[in-house]
Amino acid sequence: MDKPVTLITGTRKGIGQYLAQRFAGQGHRVIGCSRGDVDWDLDGYQHFTADVADEKQVKKIFSTIRKDYGRLDNLINNAGVASMNHSLLTPMATVNQVMNTNLAGTFLFCREAAKAMKGRNYGRIVNFTTVAVAYKLEGEAAYVASKAAVLSLTQVLAREFAEFGITVNAVGPVPIETDLIRAVPEDKIQQLLERQAIRRFGRFEDVANVIEFYLRRESDFITGQNLYLGGV
Amino acid sequence: MNDNLVNLIINALKELGEQQELELPADPNAETPLFGENGVLDSMGLVTLVVGVEQAIEDDFGASVTLADAKAMSQKNSPYRTIGSLAEYAGKLIAEEKGNG
Repeated sequence: MDKPVTLITGTRKGIGQYLAQRFAGQGHRVIGCSRGDVDWDLDGYQHFTADVADEKQVKKIFSTIRKDYGRLDNLINNAGVASMNHSLLTPMATVNQVMNTNLAGTFLFCREAAKAMKGRNYGRIVNFTTVAVAYKLEGEAAYVASKAAVLSLTQVLAREFAEFGITVNAVGPVPIETDLIRAVPEDKIQQLLERQAIRRFGRFEDVANVIEFYLRRESDFITGQNLYLGGV
Repeated sequence: MNDNLVNLIINALKELGEQQELELPADPNAETPLFGENGVLDSMGLVTLVVGVEQAIEDDFGASVTLADAKAMSQKNSPYRTIGSLAEYAGKLIAEEKGNG
């Protein structure tokens, strides 16, 4: 059976859910995870309840992938949390949580995915950055720093994993109408959209389009790249 | 458990040796240097061996361990020095894993 196996983190809702449905619809065998259970059902989809920064829980996912699927083609590190707050008002617990989910979680999944992929000398990893990194966006210091770290991680891993036939790239969305930006005031969002070359909200399809480009077999000469949406 | 682990590592090393056409000692044992002084592996070989050993441990011992170590690339106290030191380190992690149930 030559159906690709695609692992997506943070699939309970939003972009992750959309990507799971989209890739399952394209014939991928999709494995997803989130801290909570999903309230939707999908053919060709297996869900794990896991915290992406919990090494033991994450190892269990990869152990199941190795035993039940025998391969891993694609990893999409979508899970992420944001925190909107002036740095002087940000508790350390928030900093730790943001760094753990966004950076440590991405690191852990990349590490374990590379182990699962290297045997077949093929793999595609896509991480999530954000245009807020390019903007050096004030009011989101911990979030922006965690995503800047994801960008660096992507660039370093691209080099470390190249000899295993694994590419590592990133996509940096503009604001998309999801829970992540729900708490941000409307005028603030409007100001952000004004900074884009193309001034509209991002759509799930825009993100999926970039990911599909990275996942293509023909994209085997593209690694360590980050693509910002909206002309940022 | 350590003898089993030594054998497991020897098998993983032999498999790697065949894949990558490495020059290995005819009869590897616990004292065989892996990485560092007189080691038979370069850093990429070590990475590949460690992943192979992790998977074999999962298959044979039912324990999911990460053989990562901050001292990996230092010469003196690295668990990757010899087959024996790696077996000892792996044994410790397996015991911890099983202990935590």
